[in-house]
Formats: sequence, structure tokens, C-alpha cells
Amino acid sequence: MKKLMLAAVSAVVLAVATSPVLAKDWGKIRIATEGAYPPFNFTDKAGKLQGFDVDIANALCAQMKASCTIVAQDWDGIIPALNAKKFDAVIASMSITEERKKKVSFSGKYYTTPAKFVRKKGSGIEINAASLKGKTVGVQRATIHANFVTDNYGKIMDVKSYATQDEAYLDFKAGRLDLLLADSVALKEGFLDTANGADAEFVGPDFTDKKWFGDGAGIAVRKADADLAAKFTAAIAGIRASGVYQTINAKYFKFDVYGK
Amino acid sequence: MGEALNLMWDSLPKLLDGAFLTLELIILALVIGFILAVPVALMRTAKNPFLWGPAYGYIFYFRGTPLLVQIYLTYYGLGQFEAVRESFLWPIFREAYWCAIIAFSLNTAAYTAEIFRGAIQAVPHGEIEAARAVGMSRFLQYRRIILPSAFRLALPAYSNEVILMLKSSSLASTITLLDLTGVARVIVSRTFAPYEIFITAAIIYLLITFVVTRGFAWTERRLNPQLKRPDEPKATATWQPEVR
Amino acid sequence: MLHGYEAQLWVGLQMTIGVASLSVLVGLVLGMLGATAKLSRNPVARKLADAYTTIVRGIPELILLLILFYGGSIFVQYVVGLLDSSETFVALIGEIGYVEIDAFTAGVLTLGFVFGAYATEVFRGAIISIHKGQIEAAQAIGMNRWQVFNRIMLPQVWRFALPGIGNLWLVLLKDTALISVIGLDELMRKTYVAAGSTQDPFTFFAFAAFIYLALTAISMIVFQTAEKRLNRGVRRS
Repeated sequence: MKKLMLAAVSAVVLAVATSPVLAKDWGKIRIATEGAYPPFNFTDKAGKLQGFDVDIANALCAQMKASCTIVAQDWDGIIPALNAKKFDAVIASMSITEERKKKVSFSGKYYTTPAKFVRKKGSGIEINAASLKGKTVGVQRATIHANFVTDNYGKIMDVKSYATQDEAYLDFKAGRLDLLLADSVALKEGFLDTANGADAEFVGPDFTDKKWFGDGAGIAVRKADADLAAKFTAAIAGIRASGVYQTINAKYFKFDVYGK
Repeated sequence: MGEALNLMWDSLPKLLDGAFLTLELIILALVIGFILAVPVALMRTAKNPFLWGPAYGYIFYFRGTPLLVQIYLTYYGLGQFEAVRESFLWPIFREAYWCAIIAFSLNTAAYTAEIFRGAIQAVPHGEIEAARAVGMSRFLQYRRIILPSAFRLALPAYSNEVILMLKSSSLASTITLLDLTGVARVIVSRTFAPYEIFITAAIIYLLITFVVTRGFAWTERRLNPQLKRPDEPKATATWQPEVR
Repeated sequence: MLHGYEAQLWVGLQMTIGVASLSVLVGLVLGMLGATAKLSRNPVARKLADAYTTIVRGIPELILLLILFYGGSIFVQYVVGLLDSSETFVALIGEIGYVEIDAFTAGVLTLGFVFGAYATEVFRGAIISIHKGQIEAAQAIGMNRWQVFNRIMLPQVWRFALPGIGNLWLVLLKDTALISVIGLDELMRKTYVAAGSTQDPFTFFAFAAFIYLALTAISMIVFQTAEKRLNRGVRRS
């Protein structure tokens, strides 16, 4: 009797939040993106997810003849959430790095752009140990940029971590930060070209060192789902061949964002 | 499992650093809040509407809005305005540390003021009458009878407020501060192991809570040796009388 | 004035009220269970209830939320795995398979869980306040435990518990803002996203503060009215 009661209660509780097991033929895929990293992914006024990543995701799903749902997930929890099976793939400008490969599998890259520092015009800060000493840099938590400054300059700089890149922009504008480090395209379109970024400029080299900045942005899936990663890789090649990629590219950028 | 324990052990030093900042923040905020709360509570119990009006408004605002909103408004909201940035106050508001202290202090002062108000009103009227009969001025009444009694009466409720402040301090992590929660979030973002790290942080919070609760219990016993409270129901009181 | 984000903020507000309402139901049930456990003769029940209130009141809600959201799924999957491997269970209910704990569920469970821990103390105090004589009289007439609980205790518990529960509801309303941290699209989160996209934090956070104040004021009026009604006919000392 007790076992039945326990079973019944558990079933009622769990039935509320039960979803059917997803078919391994990947006919339905849940994809996560951040929604706060323009122009790659952002949330518009109507609450809809938009951006390069979102368009690519839809194109890939069409190519794979799969039906996809795209959901938003905060960046610093995106890999744990993927492993907790809240969704099946992450298409959110996530760079392919060795550190991340320990926790997830990646598809091939779908674009690659360098990282760059941004400083206030006229501040005269240069990217070398002497000039950076004592300065404050703002980065987004859980990014390759955060890892880079923490590991290389963490002892001489004050590294401030933010939940979203937007918060870093706010603090840069308020004068709390001397520098920003993020993806150069995101910085340009999301900050420098806007009114708030009018008195900021790029400084220093393009950062492309694979050790820190990875091998381009890829699609992350759970380690057990390497087949899904392979499907995505094939689909990327497919949309590049068919010209769909180039159309989406042209919608957002004046240059080829795929890189070499 | 061993890997999880290793990870928890390795992150302890950084987490403890964060815990120090947490303690620093709450001690400062509690002290400033306590000092602020006394005049606000006195204003609140006044008969003059020009006194209790603003006090009521202040308390209503800080108790009626989430601390998260108060922190964001102080840090990001104020930082938005040129006027604030040019002013002499900027060196203070520029720092996340001070923004947090200000937001926490104002918040705890509001809650503490309400606690003091209740305590002041709970001082037995007989004692105040006696003070008046003896000829004490209003000021002396407050200094010698009302406030000491009120502080003693407020102690249980205030201990709750201290615990609540400790837990609210975790919101400092939302404005770049590396308190216990802030450090935990950064470590999680590099190790991708939320469960292990957050549980370790939770254990540290529990330990601090335990110490604080014990401290207050000890203080209460010291301050109230005469109050054995024979008619207060004990925690193990049962409401089912013996069936005869 | 709100740069076109009004519609989104309204959606967020509805979500806030929804989460708070569901959490309060979970919390009230847990609070009642906890109070009766703390007052029961069974030492195991008392110890469990004690552990519940001590742990929940000692850990920041933010951490609890983060643990439940990320770790909860793993834990639930584990439990589901155990259940699925039990033949009796599968035969009776069927295989459960994959269970999802989304931000909404995590939020409601966490907030309800926290509410319940504090409500336990409020209900405990309320139950104790009921005059023992009434219970003895009821038992003298021959009512069983359940009837005593239902007909004598429950109606009066509400009268004593309402101020405390009212306070907890106000705290709950504000705590819903914390779920924004795990991505639930309630008012705080919508405000946060709008503030970030428009880089205009003051406007949006000030507006959100105003909304929360309004919710608080309305709740306070509702509770004061309820208190007056429940205390009809009670002579005040």
C-alpha cells in the first residue's frame, strides 16, 4: 500500500513536468542562444530572439529537415544547462576551445572573428603589461575573453565580470572601466556604432591565438550526442554550398564572417 | 564523487576570500543601518505628520521594492546620469562596493526602523507613566526607560533581520562584487560545475548563520536573566492532549 | 517613455503574479505540514521539520535557486531513473523518461520551499495560540483528530496566522525578482533585458520599483481587509 502511495504521489508530482523522450533521429531539436549579444543574438522589443546566430540556426534546421525551437538561456549557465538536458544544442557564438571540449562536443565552426580591446578615445592606454598595470577591464563571465585577461593580466589588472555584455557597456560608459575585451564584431555593432559608444575606439591587435580564443564559433552539444554535432557540421557545409549562408552573412555584415 | 570533493576543496580558499567580503559588507551595512534606524523609528512614532510622513514613505519604499531593484538603481541607474558622474559624490557611487553598502544600509535601516517602532510601542506603558510621575523630561524618558527596553524587546526580531541581511548580501554579486556568491559564480563559469560549487557556498553561508544565531541566543540570555517566560510554549509542545 | 517595451513588461508582470500565486500555494501546504510536524509527538518528524527550517532559513535564496535550477534536473533525473528501474512502478504508471525542470518550475519550487520554512514558524505560533480548552472541549464531545483539526483549529489558525502570512507574501512578491537570475521571464528579467538593450537602466528600474510598490500597496490593503473580516466579533483586549 505504501509503495503504491509513494508511486502515485511521485507520478502526480513528476507528471506535471514530464516531456516525452526526444527521438534520437533528431527530428526535433531544442536550441539555446543568449539573446544579449548583438548582432549575433539579441531580443527585440516583442521579446523575440533575433540575430545572426538565430538565422543560422533556422537555416541549419531547414537544411537538416528538423523542426527546431529556439530558447533563451543566460550565458554563464549555458553549458551546465546543456548538460542538464534543458536543450540539445547551443548556437550562441560560443568559441570552440579545449577547455570547453572537456565538457561538450562541438560541430565545425560557423564563423570566426577576432577579439579586440576597446578604450576611451584619448585615454592613451596601450595593450602591453606596462600600460595595462592598474587598469580596470570589463568582460562577460564565462567567455574566452574573461579567461584571457584573468590568466594573462589578472595579477596586474582589475578584472570585472558581468552577467551580460550590455552591463559591461553600461559601466564603460559610466567610467567605471578603462577597457573592454570582447568579440570585435559584437563590440563594433553592439557598442561602438551606437550613441553610447561614440567616444570609444578599438586599441591593440586582433586576438586570434587558438590557445585562448579557440577555433571559431561552433555549435555545442552534449558529449554523448556527437552524431548531432556531425549533422550540424554537414549542414553548415550544406548551407555554405547552397548560398544560404552568404545571404544571411550579407544581411548583417559587409565582410565574410566565416573567415579562413 | 572524488573529483567533486577535490573541486570543492580546491575552490575553498577563493570562496573563503569571498566570505570575508560578505562579512565586511554586512557588518558595515548593519552598523550604518542600525544608526540610521533609530532616528527614523523615532520619527515614525511621532505625532507630527511632517515627521512620520517622510519616515513612513522611506520605510514603505525600501520594504516595498526588491533589494535587487534598489541595488541596480543605485549602481547602474545613478551611473547613467552625467550630473551624478560630474558631482563630488561620484568617487563614492563609482565604486560597486559603496553602492552595495549604501543600498544595503538604507534597506536594513528601513526594516530595523519598523522593528524598533514595534519595540518602542511595546514598552510597557506603566514604565513610561512611572517615569513621567517621577518627573523625567521626554528626553530622559527615552534615554533611560524607553530605548533600553525597546532594544531588549527588539533583539529577537533584530536577529532575524541580521540573518536576512546576510542572505541578501548575496545580491552584491549582481554588481560585479566578488562576495561569496560572486566568487562562486565566477568559479562555476570556468569549471562548469554548478552543483558542487554552490553547495560549498551554501555550507559556508549555513556556518555563518549558525554562528550568528548562537551569538544572538547568548546575548538574549545575558540580557534577560530574569525572563524565564514560564508560559511561553516550548518547541516540543504538543497540541494533542493525552487521550484518556 | 518606455521605448516600446511596455508590452513585454506587462507580460513580465503577469508572470510575476503567476509565480507568486503558485509559490504561495506550495508554501502554505509545506508550512502547514511543517508546523504539524514540529508540534507532533513523533521525534523524527520534529527533527525533519527542524532541519527543514534551519537549512532553508540559513541559505540565501539566490544560492538555493541556483542549486535547484542546475542541480535539480540532475537529481530529478536520478530519482526518475530509480523509479523507472522499479518494475512495480513501471507496471502501474508507465515509464517516465525525461523530466524537465524549467525556470518556472524551479522558481515556484524554490520560492514555495522557502515560504514554507518561514510559514512553518508562523503556523506553529498560530496553532499554539489556540486555546487548549477549545480542543479539550471538542475531544470531550467525541470529535476525532481530523475533525478537531478541520472544524476547530483550521478556521482559527487563519485568524492568528494572517499577519505573519501577509508579511511572508510581501517578501515572496519581492523574491520573485530573484528568479530573473535563472532566466525566468518575469517582471525583473524583462526590465533587465530592456535596460540592457536600450542602455537606459534608470527609467526601467525606476518603473519596476513603482510596479512592485503598487503590488505591495494592493496586497497590504487586501490583507488588512481580510484581517478585519476574520476578526469580526473578537473582543480586542
